[in-house]
Amino acid sequence: MKRVKRWMGAVACAVWFCSAALAKEAPPLAEDPVLEQRLARLAEELRCLVCQNESLAESRAELANDLRREVRELMRQGKSDREVVDFLVQRYGDFVLYRPPLKSKTLLLWGGPFILLAVGVVVMGVYLRRRGSRTADRDLSEHERQRAEALLAETPGEEKT
Amino acid sequence: MTRYLVPLGLFAVLVGFLFVGLGLNPREVPSPLIDKPAPAFSLPQLHRPDQSLTQNDLRGRVWLLNVWASWCVSCRQEHPVLMDLARAGLVPVYGLNYKDRREDALAWLQEFGDPYAASLMDADGRIGIDYGVYGVPETFVIDKAGVIRYKHIGPLTVEGVRQKILPVIKELQR
Repeated sequence: MKRVKRWMGAVACAVWFCSAALAKEAPPLAEDPVLEQRLARLAEELRCLVCQNESLAESRAELANDLRREVRELMRQGKSDREVVDFLVQRYGDFVLYRPPLKSKTLLLWGGPFILLAVGVVVMGVYLRRRGSRTADRDLSEHERQRAEALLAETPGEEKT
Repeated sequence: MTRYLVPLGLFAVLVGFLFVGLGLNPREVPSPLIDKPAPAFSLPQLHRPDQSLTQNDLRGRVWLLNVWASWCVSCRQEHPVLMDLARAGLVPVYGLNYKDRREDALAWLQEFGDPYAASLMDADGRIGIDYGVYGVPETFVIDKAGVIRYKHIGPLTVEGVRQKILPVIKELQR
């Protein structure tokens, strides 16, 4: 009997822990799971201004909370993602976007990697051509032939030792 | 000779980029609101909550909007500068009391002094978001037509006021 009681206690504990864990999993303010999902997806793309290396979705800063509230409200009003992003950019600038738009100011940012790639290709091409012309077939001079023969003649001798 | 000049040139470019890049302050995000009309607000005044103030009430003169809160540590740091500015009487300073409790804000002003012509209560931080506030304190210079002309992020300093803000104000007051 004592054993059964203990066993039941363990089960009760396990159930309690499980339900506690599940309770923690529940997202806050999940009145509208579709909207929350949309918010989470969009917030991944937006930068928190307080802790600059965190996205708006991850950040626990007060301002990030407020901004999520604002975005939630805009979405509830039926605003598109584009309009929500514009709302934030108008106030905080392109800085909130992890993917800044292509503008004259950001041309170097977007084009930079391709410029570097082009420079790399040109440098490699020049290098290969130079090396090619250096190692192209050409006859050995008399002196070089003698040196090569001497080296070849040496080799078996070395094997003996 | 070019064998040495090319790497040296590349190194110089790298140093140049690092010198400029590391000298920038990543916490200062340029505001897109500069040279744009100040966002509209209609907020209750801290001392007279039954009376609200709008941006239109301040048309026709140059004014400062200083975002502050009693919980903000750097606000204490800049507070003497604001007191000096208020005493000089060159420009009216309006406070935006950001995400604060009224009694805390009133106690704070009681303790340190009140440099503000009036403080506006932005309890839920909505107007702060409209102004792109992300780190209190922040200070905006707004011209006679209600256009934001300058934004200072972080605590005001005596040098900052003398070198940046006062010249801007003088220019706008003409």
